Amino acid sequence: MARKSNKDRLSNEINAGSMADIAFLLLIFFLVTTTIDVDKGITVKLPPWSEEEVDPTKLNKRNVFSVNVNALNQLQVRGELMEIGELRQKAKDFIINKDDQGAEKPTKAIISLKNDRGTKYNTYLEVYNELKAAYNELWTEDLQRNYPGYSDTEYNDKLPLEIRRALKLKIPFVLSEAEPTAFGDEG
Amino acid sequence: MSKFTKKRGKAKPAISTASLPDIIFMLLFFFMVVTVMRTSEQKVKVKVPEATELTKLEKKSLVNYIYIGKPLRKFQEVYGTSPRIQLNDKISTEADIPLFLEQHKLKVQEQSRPLITTSLRVDEEVTMGIVQDVKVALRKANQLKVNYSAIQRNK
Repeated sequence: MARKSNKDRLSNEINAGSMADIAFLLLIFFLVTTTIDVDKGITVKLPPWSEEEVDPTKLNKRNVFSVNVNALNQLQVRGELMEIGELRQKAKDFIINKDDQGAEKPTKAIISLKNDRGTKYNTYLEVYNELKAAYNELWTEDLQRNYPGYSDTEYNDKLPLEIRRALKLKIPFVLSEAEPTAFGDEG
Repeated sequence: MSKFTKKRGKAKPAISTASLPDIIFMLLFFFMVVTVMRTSEQKVKVKVPEATELTKLEKKSLVNYIYIGKPLRKFQEVYGTSPRIQLNDKISTEADIPLFLEQHKLKVQEQSRPLITTSLRVDEEVTMGIVQDVKVALRKANQLKVNYSAIQRNK
């Protein structure tokens, strides 16, 4: 075979044409394995397990905001039927004692949530979401009223810890979940 | 000079593909960064409900997942059609939850163990009975940080 001249060899470069193919291969692999879903959800702190049930009759009825959800996904709040859309406002009124029917003070307010084993998870989470939203709105209002510099900010987890602590001390989120009833059909 | 121009005129110059790898690499890096590997095969159908008051789960390594839903059609012959619990890639019962939590705990450094969150990915059609059983199992295992997985609903 004839030797290539020196000039020829100098002009040779590494062939970068296949680089694209390699990169494509990797790209397709990562495209297939990628799931761009950020994990979000409603964070809850469950109560520690204890054998004895809390007796709700010991509590002052005035301070308890009882929410019952039955197997037909109907809502009963403090003895009355209610639509889910009203729940948030009613909960807020209860906590801040707007119409003198609510809790003595926000620190004494307890929300009691009870559902049936046949209640749909969707409904349960919607109710939970509304109750949490009620507290979030109250915290936001308190934040905007009492903390200069935060008059446009909504309550969120990125606020300084001491502010969040102070807000939660004033309006603590107390939600107790009773053992569910078992009237409805499961499945 | 004349020789040079002649050569050029003969063969059309090819479009340079030298920058193609760079573009592909850029895309590649993007996908590499955002990729979360699919950890387990989904055996139950889960469509999480919508909600508004959401918090983001930050550290993926501190999260374990419990799926609850109806088994997918191809698994229905074996597992039936009523909602089941999936841990890792196995259909399980709530009795398997303590072991599952313990196995995950071992993979986490000791000082960050109190931060472990359980993400409940529950199908919206499921009834609360099975969810309640899981919650009781979690409470008994002292795993109290729970996140009900949901997707953002527009306000």
